[in-house]
Amino acid sequence: MTVAVCVGSACHLKGSYRIIELMRQAIGEHGLQDKVNVCAAFCLGRCANGVTIRVDDEIVWGVSEQNFPQVFEQYILKK
Amino acid sequence: MKKFDTKVQLLKYKVLREVARHAFEGDLPQAIVDIPKKIVPGPKPTMRCCIYKERAIVGERIKLAMGGDRDNPNVIEVIDIACDECPVGGYEVTEACRGCIAHRCEAVCPRGAISYDRHQKAHIDKDKCIECGRCAKVCPYSAISCNKRPCENACKVKAIHMGPDKAACIDEKACIGCGACVYQCPFGAVMDKSYILDVVRLIQQSRQGGGYKLYAVVAPSISSQFGYARLGQVVAGIKQLGFFHVVEAALGADMVAFAEAQELAEKGFLTSSCCPAFVSYIKSKFPQMEKHISHNLSPMATIACYIKRGDPGARVVFIGPCTAKKQECLQPEVAPWVDSVLTFEELQALFDSRDIDITSLQDDVLDNASYYGRIFARSGGLCDAVREALGEQGRDDFAFDPIACDGIEACRTALLRASKGALPHNFIEGMACTGGCIGGAGCLTHGEKDKREVDAYGQLAHEKTILDAIGVLEP
Repeated sequence: MTVAVCVGSACHLKGSYRIIELMRQAIGEHGLQDKVNVCAAFCLGRCANGVTIRVDDEIVWGVSEQNFPQVFEQYILKK
Repeated sequence: MKKFDTKVQLLKYKVLREVARHAFEGDLPQAIVDIPKKIVPGPKPTMRCCIYKERAIVGERIKLAMGGDRDNPNVIEVIDIACDECPVGGYEVTEACRGCIAHRCEAVCPRGAISYDRHQKAHIDKDKCIECGRCAKVCPYSAISCNKRPCENACKVKAIHMGPDKAACIDEKACIGCGACVYQCPFGAVMDKSYILDVVRLIQQSRQGGGYKLYAVVAPSISSQFGYARLGQVVAGIKQLGFFHVVEAALGADMVAFAEAQELAEKGFLTSSCCPAFVSYIKSKFPQMEKHISHNLSPMATIACYIKRGDPGARVVFIGPCTAKKQECLQPEVAPWVDSVLTFEELQALFDSRDIDITSLQDDVLDNASYYGRIFARSGGLCDAVREALGEQGRDDFAFDPIACDGIEACRTALLRASKGALPHNFIEGMACTGGCIGGAGCLTHGEKDKREVDAYGQLAHEKTILDAIGVLEP
């Protein structure tokens, strides 16, 4: 599985770097390093909707530090 | 609203704008014959002897705007009919000589080249004169002037000279593409080839379902340009042209600074590789120093490569102040990453070819890089960034002792000393343009305030350290 976190200007300003840190941390905690590859992407086309990530081909937007645990649970752990 | 420093830039811009306009409208082949008349409506000439010559020169500019002579690999070309064939006599005594009796000019001349006629007026023996200029400096009447062509004065690598037909002529092997002559020629007789048509094609194909996203990578010196609008509006304008996203080349600069610090600590001595004109100067004039050039790609190529690794179908256009980047993007190690290069002048022409008034646009955001990546745009910025990167890597044991050289003359001095083992520094930051990239030939303005604006823009960066900026990127 590949998780791309948008680091375009808009998402960057909304904290995408923090989301990448949280993502790497959570993946480490669940021992998924070999299964999930985290990378950065420039703009996933949802600039107005907060930090956007792409889980394989699915776009998830509005990711924040607050809702990160749910997002991780729903889109990464369950798959 | 003043967009340019000189009327020559304005003329060049008008041609680029019209060429781009008709390319977008799809009728360039038909319109091409009308553009000269549109730009030079007449009936009275305003620049040359007659409107027909003015129009003929516009015709030559159109050719360059469309990519220029395909057989000539140099990005800089002379428009020979535009060359005013300035005098090349060197130091000459003018009518202002009053035939004084002090003869300071004679006293100061190291070669005894000055003699006097029966009216005590000075004469310079051309066979003896070495053009040191001391006589001109001491004359109380400023009666000795130097007739040297502005293009030759501007070219610090001595690659431009008078050809057999008296028009300027470029030594293609010596030219490093810096564009100093382009900006300095008062008649606009030297011009950089434009890839504006390639960019129009990239925009159109991307819009018409070409199946790729078009990214603009903008140089940090953009912060000192487009002074009549806000940076956010410039970004919005670039997107309105049809670019999918705008990325800071400064993030590539952060990546380069980090890698360059590691390379320097390993090798112990390095010259920078960011400035393509500096790199080609080393290769042509100091081949023995070539092994010391940093192996990193430039910030432009580094960030473009990163974008394409994440989005393999992407197309990337670099927008900056530099004519030499147009040469760099053709190099085999850079060509796969950077599809085309525009200058700020050409970006302005593109905006206006689509009648985009950027001052009316809502601000978009531009934030990828750290303070250090952004200050690459000015002389000394790269040194500061490498020092910071060494610190962030915990290499405090490495005694970093850099020298920042801006302008080819300063670069030459440092390289000459380094090639003889007599340079007391272990890092040469080389920038061909005076002041660094903010002095680039493709800038709209070349002001004193530019350096301050780059620093202020650097301070606005969200990320304060290089590691913060590049930490999220895959190695």
